[in-house]
Amino acid sequence: MTTTAAEPPKQSFHLGQLIYDTRYRSLTIQIVALVLLMLFFSWLVSNTVQNLATLGKDFDFSYLGQRAGYDINQRLIDYSSESTHARAALVGILNTLLVAFMGCVAATIIGVIAGVLRLSSNWIVSRLMTVYVEGFRNVPLLLWIIAIFALMTEGTPQPRDFREGGTASMLLFDSVAISNRGVYVPAPVWGPGSLALGIVFVLSIVGIWAWRRYAHARQERTGEILPVFAVSLALLLVPSVLAYFVLGAPIGLDYPELGGFNFAGGLHLRNSLIALWLALSLYTGAFIAEIVRGGILAVSRGQTEAAFALGLRPRRTMNLVILPQALRVIIPPLISQYLNLTKNSSLAIAVGYMDVRSTLGGISINQTGRELEGMLLLGGFYLLLSLVISSAMNFYNSRVKLKER
Amino acid sequence: MKRSVFFGAMAAGLVAGAASAATLDDVQSRGTLNCGVSTGLPGFSSPNAQGQWEGFDVAVCRAVAAAVLGDPQAVEFVPTTGQTRFTALASGEIDMLARNTTWTFSRDNDLKFEFTGINYYDGQGFMVPKALGVTSARDLSGATVCIQTGTTTELNLADYFRANNMDYEPVPIETNAEAQQQYLAGACDVYTTDRSGLAATRATFENPGDHVILPETISKEPLGPLVRHGDPEWGDIVRWTLNALVAAEEYGVTSANVDELAQGTENPEINRLLGTEGELGAMIRLDNNWAVNAIKAGGNYGELFERYLGEGTPIGLPRGLNAQWQNGGLLYAPPFR
Amino acid sequence: MSDTHAQTVAFVRESMVPPADPPLGETGIFKWVRENLFSSWLNVLLSVLSIAFVVWALAHLLPWFLQSVWDAGSLTECREIRDARYGEGAASACFAVITERWNQLLFGFYPPEHYWRPVLAFVLFLVAVSPVLFQGLPRRLLAFTAIYPFIGYWLLWGGTIWGPLLVIAGFVIGWGAFRLAEPRLGTLAAAIAAILLPLAWWFFAVGPIAGDLAQIAPIGLVRIGSGDFGGFMLAFIIGVAGIALSFPLGILLALGRQSHLFIINKSCVGFIEIIRGVPLIVWLFTASLLLNYFLPPGTNFDLMLRVIIMVTLFAAAYMAEVIRGGLAALPRGQYEAADALGLDYWKAMRLIILPQALKISIPGIVNTFIGLFKDTTLVVFIGLLDPIGLSNAIRASTEWNGIYWELFVFIGLLFWICCFSMSRYSMYLERKLETGHR
Repeated sequence: MTTTAAEPPKQSFHLGQLIYDTRYRSLTIQIVALVLLMLFFSWLVSNTVQNLATLGKDFDFSYLGQRAGYDINQRLIDYSSESTHARAALVGILNTLLVAFMGCVAATIIGVIAGVLRLSSNWIVSRLMTVYVEGFRNVPLLLWIIAIFALMTEGTPQPRDFREGGTASMLLFDSVAISNRGVYVPAPVWGPGSLALGIVFVLSIVGIWAWRRYAHARQERTGEILPVFAVSLALLLVPSVLAYFVLGAPIGLDYPELGGFNFAGGLHLRNSLIALWLALSLYTGAFIAEIVRGGILAVSRGQTEAAFALGLRPRRTMNLVILPQALRVIIPPLISQYLNLTKNSSLAIAVGYMDVRSTLGGISINQTGRELEGMLLLGGFYLLLSLVISSAMNFYNSRVKLKER
Repeated sequence: MKRSVFFGAMAAGLVAGAASAATLDDVQSRGTLNCGVSTGLPGFSSPNAQGQWEGFDVAVCRAVAAAVLGDPQAVEFVPTTGQTRFTALASGEIDMLARNTTWTFSRDNDLKFEFTGINYYDGQGFMVPKALGVTSARDLSGATVCIQTGTTTELNLADYFRANNMDYEPVPIETNAEAQQQYLAGACDVYTTDRSGLAATRATFENPGDHVILPETISKEPLGPLVRHGDPEWGDIVRWTLNALVAAEEYGVTSANVDELAQGTENPEINRLLGTEGELGAMIRLDNNWAVNAIKAGGNYGELFERYLGEGTPIGLPRGLNAQWQNGGLLYAPPFR
Repeated sequence: MSDTHAQTVAFVRESMVPPADPPLGETGIFKWVRENLFSSWLNVLLSVLSIAFVVWALAHLLPWFLQSVWDAGSLTECREIRDARYGEGAASACFAVITERWNQLLFGFYPPEHYWRPVLAFVLFLVAVSPVLFQGLPRRLLAFTAIYPFIGYWLLWGGTIWGPLLVIAGFVIGWGAFRLAEPRLGTLAAAIAAILLPLAWWFFAVGPIAGDLAQIAPIGLVRIGSGDFGGFMLAFIIGVAGIALSFPLGILLALGRQSHLFIINKSCVGFIEIIRGVPLIVWLFTASLLLNYFLPPGTNFDLMLRVIIMVTLFAAAYMAEVIRGGLAALPRGQYEAADALGLDYWKAMRLIILPQALKISIPGIVNTFIGLFKDTTLVVFIGLLDPIGLSNAIRASTEWNGIYWELFVFIGLLFWICCFSMSRYSMYLERKLETGHR
């Protein structure tokens, strides 16, 4: 077909095209938006500069290098009141990460159990789980944190009661003490040779992974099912236990003991941490339970029936048919729950847990009057954390996603 | 959708709350004094069942409002937390802050505030249960200590224990009420805060006798109202209102007899204070009976103390350092002349 | 075939055997208990544990609830009454604090003689949202929804009636400008005029005119400052204002995020992610500590307004995601049909896409509201007296120092009732909207 249509007439560009020609209009709109946006930001910045000048303040991060002057009870790294504000911020960051991590793990466990039990045929159990889920979901988290903290303070004995003739006693052969200052558990003491033990342990985990891979590959090839669980358990325990005795018991335990005002020794899990952790995980767990329940219900009944028809036992049906499909529905909202939990950990202020908001965004700001700098750093930290979590989870999500071919 | 709230209030905000240099003019044109107080501290500020704020700090606000506006009720109380109080003042949201705030060098100079005097001489102390058998703060090594965060007590505590080579476990708590609960349940051995706060807290216990306040005072805590830097005139008004309350007690001017004394007395100092002689009011751009109004608002310093903190109240604080200078205290109002 | 019968039995019964009672274990309560509680060993274990837990919990809580004191002036008085009535040191709740302070917990320091105003505002609010929530109601009610914000504002804060009226007039001016200008100047110029004219009106004309009108015809209610707002009223106002104000912003952000224009898309994504990545409490501290830095020198809002602004921005980001979900859930055919009809972008959105997308987003919006309503409790950290803040303030008075659980239970229960009923509603709506095939 030879086209007879004449060449389109060469148009000269005129200004009206910027608005009326769809080819240029989007560009125009964007440039206008960009200019407006930049104007807005420069307005903000100029206001800030002006306001700072009026107040006689400057914008300076050097306060981070000054002596902090306050103490922090829970610290994962060395810190004293002589340390700098930057170090205090770091202690806070680690504390935030700690409670967020513990919370995510516990919330997942609680959520999965509650979600599955809510679908249970057992009337009282499913009712109880409904009460749990609806109770926790519909009351503000802050109230739960305060209430659980108060409950732990009032409901557990004080260290004084552990004295001779007191009303409380330690649990598990005098190794664990639950007091209203927190839970004291034995702390491991790493003797010489514990490094070797650690290496053995890591190696046995690598061994388990290799065995599972091998078993899986073999099943794919021959259809023969190798005992995975028993071998894994053996691999996990036997070498480590053997090495433990061969190396002459390098890891000891430091038991908490009552001395002076408090328990000394052992590992002290403070009440503030436990209350925050419990409240966060119970609250988020209630949401996760709903997600899990929804995910399981989303897998249609026919899938189960088909699996049964193929002769799969209930456990395998769950593992091989239901869960992989349910997970696809569960994972995306689960990610946002993890993000919520991490952000909600900033409510630590209510129980005096020294997270990053209490140190960097709290006491440091209060003692130095650097609210602009402190809040910027704090916001930046949370933003970074959220981005890291969501991108890690999205990566996982894209791996389990249904691959449509 | 609800833009009206936004714009309406924005217009109102633009008109009403400009934090200009002349705070006095702002307050007078607004007709109310914005006064920052604590969200709740027994004896110093708390709302009653009718929603009226009352307490020792609150009374200072009311006295200033009475002096400036002639009406002790013309106060808008803005509850502030330990963390928001300074910003609220710096931003002009409040005209003055009366929230048992310790006068320190850096707050005065680095944070750009002006302390206008001291309405309560306090010091940080420790409270322990009697059963613990502790008699001195030196015995507290290894103790668990409850503190309120965002205050100078946190820093003092760290310094004290460090200086005496003792270690401790701090339990930071957001509000006084929670700290009290922790302490009562035995989650901490010691509660530390200003001694007035300790006494106030102890007074509300079921068995106050089971707790002792240790003799050591580990810091000086001069608590006083403060205003923004850069408006000396306003600072003077708040300062001299406070001084007027103190002087009134010294000269025996009370809320009951102030009207009678304002007719004129033999004592020229009282006359100048109450505006029957001289033009002191005009010097700070107020009515000549400003001090009369301030004293009528709630009474002189002594009356306020007795009403909110003194031995007749559940809090039951002795005057101690807060007595007049003739009685061995530190209250010493400069002369009104 | 049929003779097998005859071979096996000698006689054929001619009348039906009356049905025997099923075995005891297969009927009524026994069957139910067996099937629902003790069907397997695991279930037996779980049931026993659960029952033990329930009994234990009730044994601890019931006496406390049942032996409660409702009339006392202070905690000490409460304890005396308890000792007299139930014996020394019995578990007993002192709900007297609620009887004395419940007005405060609900309304904060709002003057008691004006309580009818928030109550009326709340009732009218229910009327205003009902056409949004229940599709069966006449659409004409939506007009009331549109003017409700002004009524609500006027009722709660009071002041002259002319302010809100003139602000409404601004919208009318904008609409009129668009109508008049569109045929003459074209859509774009008309749209710009419709935005700029009302803005100019609001910023420069409303203040003076309202002042003059108020002098000529002083119609209005007593003005009540934000400082007097507190308790559940405060939580509710912040939550509702946040959601209502964030609604238009959320729509724009959602459209922006779907847009193919690079800069607009990226700035919307940036805004949404930054807001969502940082906890609300940090934003609230920003509102309380920093907002004054960002505004022109001399501007000063009251704290409640700053919080509402921040909460609005916060909710807008979440709202945008909800609406984006609604937009994404629409079948592509709807977009294509709009294009095929030759509608331009805004017409297509206004007439075809948004009405459907918003309708399916309502459950999500209600859920966002529930979350926001619960999160309003965080304002306690910046010194606003929400229910939790008031509970601290109440404890600071000498009469009620040391009272905890009664206040927590009361506050928790009120929140629970509100949130639970809303979440039930949103579930009902989800079921109704669900046209899927299971």
